[in-house]
Amino acid sequence: MTRSARRTRRTMQVAGVSVAALLALSACSSSGSSDSDSSAKTKSDTSSSASPKLSGSITVFAAASLKESFTTLKTDFEKAHPGTTVNFSFGGSDTLAAQITSGAPADVFAAASAKTMAIVTDKKDTATTPATFVRNQLEIATLPGNPDKVSSLKDLTKSSLKVVLCDKTVPCGAAAQKALDAAKLKLTPVSYEEDVKSALNKVVLKEADAAVVYKTDVKAAGSKVEGVEFPESANAVNDYPIALLKNAPNPTVAKAFIALVQSAEGQQVLNQAGFLKP
Amino acid sequence: MTTVPPPDSHGPTGLDAHLVVTRAAFHLDITLTAAPGEVVALLGPNGAGKTTALRALAGLTPLSAGRLRLDGEQLDGTPPESRPVGVVFQDYLLFPHLTALDNVAFGPRCQGATKAESRAVAAGWLDRMGLTAHAGDKPRRLSGGQAQRVALARALATRPRLLLLDEPLAALDARTRLDVRSQLRRHLAEFEAVAVLVTHDPLDAMVLADRLIVIEHGRIVQQGTPADIARHPRTDYIAHLVGLNLYRGRAEGHTVKLETGPAITVTEELTGDVFVAFPPSAVTLFRDRPTGVSARNLWRCEVAGLETHGDRIRADLTGELSLAADLTTVGAAELDLRPGVTVWATVKATQTHAYPA
Amino acid sequence: MTKTDESGAAAGARTGRPRRRRVRFAVPLPLLLPGAVALAFLLLPLVALLLRAPWSSLPSLLTSPDVWQALQLSLFSATAATAVSLVLGVPLAWLLARTEFPGRGLVRALVTLPLVLPPVVGGVALLLALGRNGVVGQWLDAWFGITLPFTTTAVVIAESFVAMPFLVISVEGTLRAADPRYEEAATTLGASRFTAFRRVTLPLIAPGIAAGAVLAWARALGEFGATITFAGNFPGRTQTMPLAVYLALQNDPEAAIALSLVLLAVSIAVLAGLRDRWMTAP
Repeated sequence: MTRSARRTRRTMQVAGVSVAALLALSACSSSGSSDSDSSAKTKSDTSSSASPKLSGSITVFAAASLKESFTTLKTDFEKAHPGTTVNFSFGGSDTLAAQITSGAPADVFAAASAKTMAIVTDKKDTATTPATFVRNQLEIATLPGNPDKVSSLKDLTKSSLKVVLCDKTVPCGAAAQKALDAAKLKLTPVSYEEDVKSALNKVVLKEADAAVVYKTDVKAAGSKVEGVEFPESANAVNDYPIALLKNAPNPTVAKAFIALVQSAEGQQVLNQAGFLKP
Repeated sequence: MTTVPPPDSHGPTGLDAHLVVTRAAFHLDITLTAAPGEVVALLGPNGAGKTTALRALAGLTPLSAGRLRLDGEQLDGTPPESRPVGVVFQDYLLFPHLTALDNVAFGPRCQGATKAESRAVAAGWLDRMGLTAHAGDKPRRLSGGQAQRVALARALATRPRLLLLDEPLAALDARTRLDVRSQLRRHLAEFEAVAVLVTHDPLDAMVLADRLIVIEHGRIVQQGTPADIARHPRTDYIAHLVGLNLYRGRAEGHTVKLETGPAITVTEELTGDVFVAFPPSAVTLFRDRPTGVSARNLWRCEVAGLETHGDRIRADLTGELSLAADLTTVGAAELDLRPGVTVWATVKATQTHAYPA
Repeated sequence: MTKTDESGAAAGARTGRPRRRRVRFAVPLPLLLPGAVALAFLLLPLVALLLRAPWSSLPSLLTSPDVWQALQLSLFSATAATAVSLVLGVPLAWLLARTEFPGRGLVRALVTLPLVLPPVVGGVALLLALGRNGVVGQWLDAWFGITLPFTTTAVVIAESFVAMPFLVISVEGTLRAADPRYEEAATTLGASRFTAFRRVTLPLIAPGIAAGAVLAWARALGEFGATITFAGNFPGRTQTMPLAVYLALQNDPEAAIALSLVLLAVSIAVLAGLRDRWMTAP
């Protein structure tokens, strides 16, 4: 991407942009050849409806755990719809929800829990009813090769093991607590980490022997940790809802992106990252 | 067969030093000996190397070469804390957080005395300095003269065999100075080991020291008793210090031909390289070339500057001969002396003093 | 000695102890205006915190044992970190200010590195060095059975890592400004360099050390990133006030504001108390 193109896009975002201005700008930057290119792509694109040509940029606020899969989807989307760009703001769902309710200019919100999405719907900041597009399940992350032979949630209660959990104030911590309660287990970790990534990192750095994190996180860490599934995780499955926002600057493109996420193609990408179908 | 004296022949034999310190743009190379009880003053202009010499004696600046022996003991490699040397620093450097008593007790305490013992020793020294009433005062409450005496007591309390004083009176105002100088002289006279004093003030040096060593550019240019040096200065710096006009030239009989051209007639009969000196008060000035005077020792000069010296006026003259002349205020007014005017200067041969260089 | 040497020395002696004197003079506007803006800028967020504080729920929060636990741990660990910084940092400052060794400039730059390092990175670096699997930590574990992460000791280490540079810089500055000839005077009186440092230099630079210690303490008290990364978060053991505030912020912003207020009030009380006792010493 050239520097000027990037700058142009940022300028558009900042200016808060009328559709007319957007169209004018994209018309300037697109040529005949790209037009034909895009129509060719549209034919093969199953996810997008046969709608008028899409253009402009959208901003998607998404939970941090969606980073890898959504970045892949962005590439697919922009290839399918030349002239569009997808910008992301990845972060903790609570933080993102707070930013949206304070007026951040976002088109789409993909949250890691129904609870955080509720913050936005409560303020009537969504344009569509949130739909669950994936679910995430807990898994135990152990050191590579599982040297401590952890095979169940109960194994984590051994006093010789250093286990880290997420703090109860963040979703993965609340879910882990739910699972522990369901199993009637009492587990004293060495630390309640501030988010799922730091919990996982403690195992990656071999400071902790095990952590209770999401399946997707175990998958993202590759060979640095080994995942151990446990049945109690079924009691604490996280739904990931997605919704178009009321003040979306570019609802047309935003809808198309949501459609891609829910399409078979999108689900496949998300599945590879460890997410479950809704 | 020669008898070599044992290297550690103890007993007070005094100071025997050859100090060589080389730094970027500066080279100090002086030989310094002093007998026990002797007070030696290092005199010289700023930047001459006096303080460097003092620091080398104290061990605060390492020697580049040379030797340092005190009462037969080799001190070259000894760190400052192990040298039997006491220092009175220029601005005294009394520890501001300690009382006068604890400042003086600091040395004995470091030498291993108990707190009580060192305080007793310190109290004795303060008593000797007449400072008992100020024992509990912090340094900033002391007057300049009192601080100077505390500094001296602090240096003496370690019973040094070499006492070093760096410009001991420079930090004092003129009135205190007179007082403190005579007290210091008394204390130094009582001191039985070697004392080396650094100063740029000739009066301090002459009053306090038995012997003067004049240093310029890191080298000794002259040494001797104060009286000797005052009478026979050998450099412009010393001549200026003691208030004499000084010239160097070659003598043939009663005439000394100066390197700069003119000649001076003197009463001494000498041959070879000599110095000629005469005081500014021996010079007589005229506005017009005097007729009744012999042409000897008569020079045409120009007034370069005028300066008041007490009740007299000193004229700085340039021209055939550069010299300083003293006149009364009245005399200066009668001659209508202003910078730039031309005058004729004469000196009687009987008032000059020539000596071999 | 050169001329500049002498005048410098004399000036040093004169300015050694500035006299306290209050002079009334007109405050120049180019200084007053930005100064006032700076003050407003620094205070405004704190005022906002006060305005939005949930005063009604404050009493129940303050009596909660969790809060007390976090506060106690914060005060203890910040004080311990300051003590560590003093014991190790003052000698380091002396070495930097008073000795010559190759690469001293580089060492000084390295000492200040924790100041620019994002604290979380500092925490990761500490894990890599002192963690169970760290460069040094693995030997601590193998030889002595000591593992530092997730312990209160780790909190103190993390806080010391972040706070010590403040102390070192402050003390080194004071040492550089202090006249080194006092140390020389002490050695001519028979004091070893260490005795000279202990009995002369240390009392002389005490105000600078106190200022540095207060800075370090304040920094340690507010430390978050390095602590949560290196020591983790466990109530009563490694959960200091800033960690409690951060986690409360996740789902109960009001509680977070209240906790922040407690931390602020305690720091102000301690700092104001120390300033009066230490920094105005004779």
